[in-house]
Amino acid sequence: MLLFYLSFAIVLMVTDHRTDALGRLRQSAGLLLQPMYSLASLPASLAGEIAAGWHSRDQLQIERDAAQRELLVARAQLDRLQAVQRENQHLRELLGGTRGLQMGVQLANVVDVDLDPFRHRIVIDVGEQDGVRDGLALIDAHGVVGQVLSVSPTRSTVLLISDPSHGVPVQVVRTGLRVVAFGTGETDRLRLPNIPQSADIRVGDALVTSGLGGRFPAGLPVATVMSLRPDDTRLFVIAEATPSATLDRSGQLLLLWATEPTLEMGPPIELGDPTLRAQPDVDVASEDTGGDAAAREARR
Amino acid sequence: MRLLRVPAFPLSVFLALWFGLLPMPIWAAGFKPWWLALVMIYWSLESPRYGGLGRLFLIGLLADLLFGTLLGEQALRLCILGFLILRFRARLRFFPMWQQSLAVFGLLMNDRMVVLMVRGLSGEGLPPWEFWISPWVGMALWPWLFLLLDSARLRSRGKA
Repeated sequence: MLLFYLSFAIVLMVTDHRTDALGRLRQSAGLLLQPMYSLASLPASLAGEIAAGWHSRDQLQIERDAAQRELLVARAQLDRLQAVQRENQHLRELLGGTRGLQMGVQLANVVDVDLDPFRHRIVIDVGEQDGVRDGLALIDAHGVVGQVLSVSPTRSTVLLISDPSHGVPVQVVRTGLRVVAFGTGETDRLRLPNIPQSADIRVGDALVTSGLGGRFPAGLPVATVMSLRPDDTRLFVIAEATPSATLDRSGQLLLLWATEPTLEMGPPIELGDPTLRAQPDVDVASEDTGGDAAAREARR
Repeated sequence: MRLLRVPAFPLSVFLALWFGLLPMPIWAAGFKPWWLALVMIYWSLESPRYGGLGRLFLIGLLADLLFGTLLGEQALRLCILGFLILRFRARLRFFPMWQQSLAVFGLLMNDRMVVLMVRGLSGEGLPPWEFWISPWVGMALWPWLFLLLDSARLRSRGKA
């Protein structure tokens, strides 16, 4: 009897791991199990509300001041970015560029549920009904958080970049060196193996997504290099990096989608547009219709 | 006490799943015991009618769906636990409490090994050392959980 169950379980696991055959089952079961998630996140959200209610006036004042300062700085940066963006667009039009990036963002809340502390997965409150698909990238205010792993009608599971099975193609900002950053299972560390000895990489280098692989749009901050050491063969260097995003399991994230798969993805420049920041759920980019027209011209 | 007429078994399984989903601060993440296993160990020990392998398997599948683990992983783990308990049930039941706690610790450690194997085979790396804290917490919780479940079970039976 035990053998029967064990072999059944193993067959199930292998099917689940190797194929997508059980995806449908998971999706429909996910729908049934959703009340459970809401129930589980209840105490945390209640505690959050109570804590918010207890905030003293002074504390709120301090937080408000800090937020305002940050806003000022961010505004200034945005203005500059806009100028750069206009220039960029102009240059692209001159080139008749096909690199038009169409990107949308959508706000997603992290559901406060702990799936398993050693698998770096979180649940967010948007799903298939909101148009979420497998493989979409998620960012927070500071950098890349992860990608959508599986979708049910109103919830999705996200794989964090710190998961040992996750790798993200990155690029060193200073030199353009391309590497892959793997998760380590710890939320504050990524590992970049197999860097050639001769490569130009230093402690403190910023890493951004390179856009290779097509999952993550290029130019999103990922991590900062913290340490370098030779690997066991002494032929390559292993770098360790701290993720830029805060990878704890709470708060709000932005879901990014390239509305059409472009072969070559540019940096997500349009994120900086302040008029669009105000509304969370818009097509941010709809960039350069001119460029698209030019591309169509070129194809003809 | 009409409110307590809810059958103890489904209630305890539900609570175990719920506790399992409750978020913990990151530094305490490793301390979360596998509630479902503790509850199921109790039921297999006390009344195999509830803790049979088939039931363990189904509850494990449910947990897999809920926690997004590989479908069958928790089912496999629970079945192994259940088999060991049913095998040594006659002895385990009459252990004094501290010995029983030790046995539970052994079971949970064994389970961690199974997890390590399953996840290793499915290509996930070695977990950090916090991975091994959970069985200790399980052991420390066992006596209290046992007393609680025992009183709940006797009460629901006495009233029925």
